[in-house]
Amino acid sequence: MGRITLDKVRKAFGEVEVIPPLDLTIEDGEFVVFVGPSGCGKSTLLRLIAGLEDVTDGQIRIDGQDATRVPPAKRGLAMVFQSYALYPHMSVRKNIAFPLKMAGLPQAEQDKRVTNAASVLNLTDYLERRPGQLSGGQRQRVAIGRAIVREPAAFLFDEPLSNLDAALRVGMRLEISELHKRLETTMIYVTHDQVEAMTMADKIVVLRAGNIEQVGSPLELYKEPRNLFVAGFIGSPKMNLLDGDEAARRNAATIGVRPEHIVPSATEGPWQGTVGVSEHLGSDTFFHVHLDGRKEPITVRAGGEVDMHHGDRIFLTPDESRIHRFDAEGLRIP
Amino acid sequence: MARAVPTQRRITLSVVAWVIALLIFFPILWTILTSFKTEAEAVADPPLFLNFAWTLENYAVVQERSDYLRYLWNSIAIAGGSTLLGLIIAVPAAWSMAFVPGKRTKDILLWMLSTKMLPAVGVLYPIRLILINLGLLDTKFALIFILTLINLPIIVWMLYTYFREIPGEILEAARMDGATLWSEIAHVLTPMAVPGIASTVLLNIILAWNEAFWTLTLTTVDAAPLTAFIASYSSPEGLFYAKLSAASTMAIAPILIMGWFSQKQLVRGLTFGAVK
Repeated sequence: MGRITLDKVRKAFGEVEVIPPLDLTIEDGEFVVFVGPSGCGKSTLLRLIAGLEDVTDGQIRIDGQDATRVPPAKRGLAMVFQSYALYPHMSVRKNIAFPLKMAGLPQAEQDKRVTNAASVLNLTDYLERRPGQLSGGQRQRVAIGRAIVREPAAFLFDEPLSNLDAALRVGMRLEISELHKRLETTMIYVTHDQVEAMTMADKIVVLRAGNIEQVGSPLELYKEPRNLFVAGFIGSPKMNLLDGDEAARRNAATIGVRPEHIVPSATEGPWQGTVGVSEHLGSDTFFHVHLDGRKEPITVRAGGEVDMHHGDRIFLTPDESRIHRFDAEGLRIP
Repeated sequence: MARAVPTQRRITLSVVAWVIALLIFFPILWTILTSFKTEAEAVADPPLFLNFAWTLENYAVVQERSDYLRYLWNSIAIAGGSTLLGLIIAVPAAWSMAFVPGKRTKDILLWMLSTKMLPAVGVLYPIRLILINLGLLDTKFALIFILTLINLPIIVWMLYTYFREIPGEILEAARMDGATLWSEIAHVLTPMAVPGIASTVLLNIILAWNEAFWTLTLTTVDAAPLTAFIASYSSPEGLFYAKLSAASTMAIAPILIMGWFSQKQLVRGLTFGAVK
């Protein structure tokens, strides 16, 4: 079981309030991603749940029990750190067995669980090595191994993939998702990478300056961002935001349209402009288009290879049904 | 890229370095040589360097006249005891300063160091009187206690510097893994800080071993360590240079040998943090 409830949780460092009172419920077995730009308080929030930081006000409940003042060791949670935080003086085997040793499990049980975890994570051949002799990806797997042997109520991941190179990151992302499917344990995952958030999460919590901007499934956030911040943050490439005449015509202060909801054409369309930089990815082509009378370029996605180049005239047709409208406060107009 | 140093310059520098090193080491070398001379050869003019009749007589006399092993045991007990007691106090102190620093941590560290600036003689009489009243004068216990206090600031500072190099996340990981404060210190922090603790121990043993002011003023017979052993040969029979040298050699030999074997560790310990 791993249902975690935050009830008006607030955190201040001295005079500085980093997390204003905040409510959040994480259901048992859910994969929740905290996402937001650096300094938005996502890691602090995770550390509050872990017990590594003290809550200033409010209550944290784990499976209905008040855990606000419970020390980290007694919360039944396991954490994977960005820097892996392996014990450099211990072999992989001892690293993975450490939480079991601390829990006072019999040696035979420890060995059994370590062997299991090692085979799940492809670490069997490395059990006698020290962390210093492993690659980044292997170290991360050891850190995960150390977390899973405890059979915790929930896993906490603090930007676990940001020290890995791009290719490895994609692989580990899949492994973690796979692990979640198999264990069906609650996972809370902190990242600044919205692609990670979109691909892994059951539920995304978008944070800005300690405030929750929106909570929802990846597609809810994608389809109905509650405000301009979420609209700009979720989705890759970013949503195009336009104000002025185009917005006013649609009774909004700002409108947003995603690059994939604009159809480019060489001959016709309501918006006209000039092709700036174009990025050819093979499967897709992204054009940065300078619309006539606008400074900021907008991004347009075209499927496959499209024969248009820098300086060419281009016509764009936005999908009206998928235009997002926002009021002067930046809130979504339904 | 390594800087290219012309051969001639390198040779000159090597010679200069050797000359300076020998100059510094010379008094110790001379003491050791003199300890193998007769009293007459020891004061010969011009001085004899190697061409004298080597003898172990001084060592035999010194051992016969005063019980070297008893002094040695006292030195070991005092240096070892004060180091152990110092570590027991300093490891938790340095842990808290390094990992849960408060507003005044920096001030406390500086204040601790500033106690080393106080001339020891300034507190000699209060301490001596307290020990007399407690009946602790000339006991190993008192010396262990005093030397611990004298060297504690240095131990805390060195350990603090070491602990600061250990990433806090690793200790947090241990906490998440269910480690209590003591298992965290025993299973994670201490093993990771072994090189640092080892150099701290070595330096503290050397400092305590060589400590003369307190050991001479607070002991008479029972707890007297090797420093008192040397001193007993310097006066009023100051003219017996060969015997004094033999006594000195016997007193410094253990620490010299220990220092020789651990110099690598010691150098690494003292420069740790400065080069990383």
